[in-house]
Amino acid sequence: MIGIVSYGTYIPKYRIKVEEIARIWGEDPEAIKSGLGVKEKSVPDLDEDTATMAVEAGREALSRAEILPEKIGAVFVGSESHPYAVKPTATIVGEALGIGNGYFCADLEFACKAATAGMQFCFAMVKAGMIDYGMSIGSDTAQAKPGDALEYTAGAGAAAIVIGKDPIAEIEATVSYTSDTPDFWRRDLQPYPSHGGRFTGAPAYFRHVTSAAKKLMEICGYSEKDFDYAVFHQPNAKFPARVANMLGFKEENIAQGMLVRAIGNTYSASSLLGLCGILDIAKPDQRVLLVSFGSGAGSDAFAIRVTDKILEYPRNAKVWDKANNGVYLDYALYLKHRRMIK
Amino acid sequence: MVPRFWRKIKYRYDVVGSHCENCGSHYYPKREICPRCRRRGKLRDERFPDEGIILSYTVVNGKIIAMIGLNNGAKTLAEVCADKVEIGMKVKKAFRRYGEDGEAGIIYYGTKFVPSG
Repeated sequence: MIGIVSYGTYIPKYRIKVEEIARIWGEDPEAIKSGLGVKEKSVPDLDEDTATMAVEAGREALSRAEILPEKIGAVFVGSESHPYAVKPTATIVGEALGIGNGYFCADLEFACKAATAGMQFCFAMVKAGMIDYGMSIGSDTAQAKPGDALEYTAGAGAAAIVIGKDPIAEIEATVSYTSDTPDFWRRDLQPYPSHGGRFTGAPAYFRHVTSAAKKLMEICGYSEKDFDYAVFHQPNAKFPARVANMLGFKEENIAQGMLVRAIGNTYSASSLLGLCGILDIAKPDQRVLLVSFGSGAGSDAFAIRVTDKILEYPRNAKVWDKANNGVYLDYALYLKHRRMIK
Repeated sequence: MVPRFWRKIKYRYDVVGSHCENCGSHYYPKREICPRCRRRGKLRDERFPDEGIILSYTVVNGKIIAMIGLNNGAKTLAEVCADKVEIGMKVKKAFRRYGEDGEAGIIYYGTKFVPSG
């Protein structure tokens, strides 16, 4: 049985409210909050970035499962805000975690789904007997152009998932649905991403998420009734709620994973932080549907069954406790934290 | 600059210091000889505890620099990422940016401390 043997999360302590951003651009905060379903977002500290958050999440994952660092055979870091354009983040993480030198390693990039692709790599490598444990981390300090709609949601956070045998949550199956759909992108040397506005919806997010979810259920012979929880990529709070509805899930199935409502869109970490929020309270034999989405575009879907082992696994501090504790910044300090003023 | 930083990565990314197997003392940063045992000292690299307390601190250019007593008795000087600290406060290690060598140079990472609540 192969699956998730441990997980760790990191959410920076700073927040900015939608009201404060709307104040700068003369927009109506209530309209934005009801439109996006997001009321504030997480902001990294001045000396935090994708690599530092990835290390913190990775350390929590290792210490909870009491896995010796040198047992980790692969490290993948998925992000669209790697600190270097050329030079891996994953080597910084591997070094800081004390993994040694004999491990498979790469940075991954597929917008917001890079880390679930990393989970698939780790799953396959464990299954093939190449490694005992593999770690996939999603970490992002999401960029947003000041004044763009993305500025209200582009948050920061990281989630680390360790894959191995004898798991707390078995990965029963995983599939992907991929196409060339340019809904969101960032060209080389450009500081901020561009997007296709409404085009990010039906042909991109909804098509890929529903297709991957349906393909997975078909392969496993499951319907939505076989899942206790569902978690989807969360670019805002509206998209995952709507896609849940399209697939037959109710608010009670998704609420525990909807971290976006508290901290915004954490990009590569988004669906994984939601999964960790669910694993924080899940009971043995409950089943979780995880479907990520990465612009460009693709979705990775997983059927995850929680095992008895979760009862002896330490699950504090919980993701929601981290998400609900924040220190608020004004817009000027927010710009400084995002290194837009130096 | 790059090799100088690279040589210290092991000791900066995590709190790795020296442990003298002769007298049991712990030192951070790493030492080449034990100041107590001199030539009888047997120094080994060791990963130090994640937590400690603030023994003293000062504020320099808006940054809090503290003398931290780690739980194994070693003392280290490090930045504490907090708005306010006090002597006796419990802290734990955090992985952060130290700085960068300009916009095109390498980024320096290392250990700082945060309140552990």
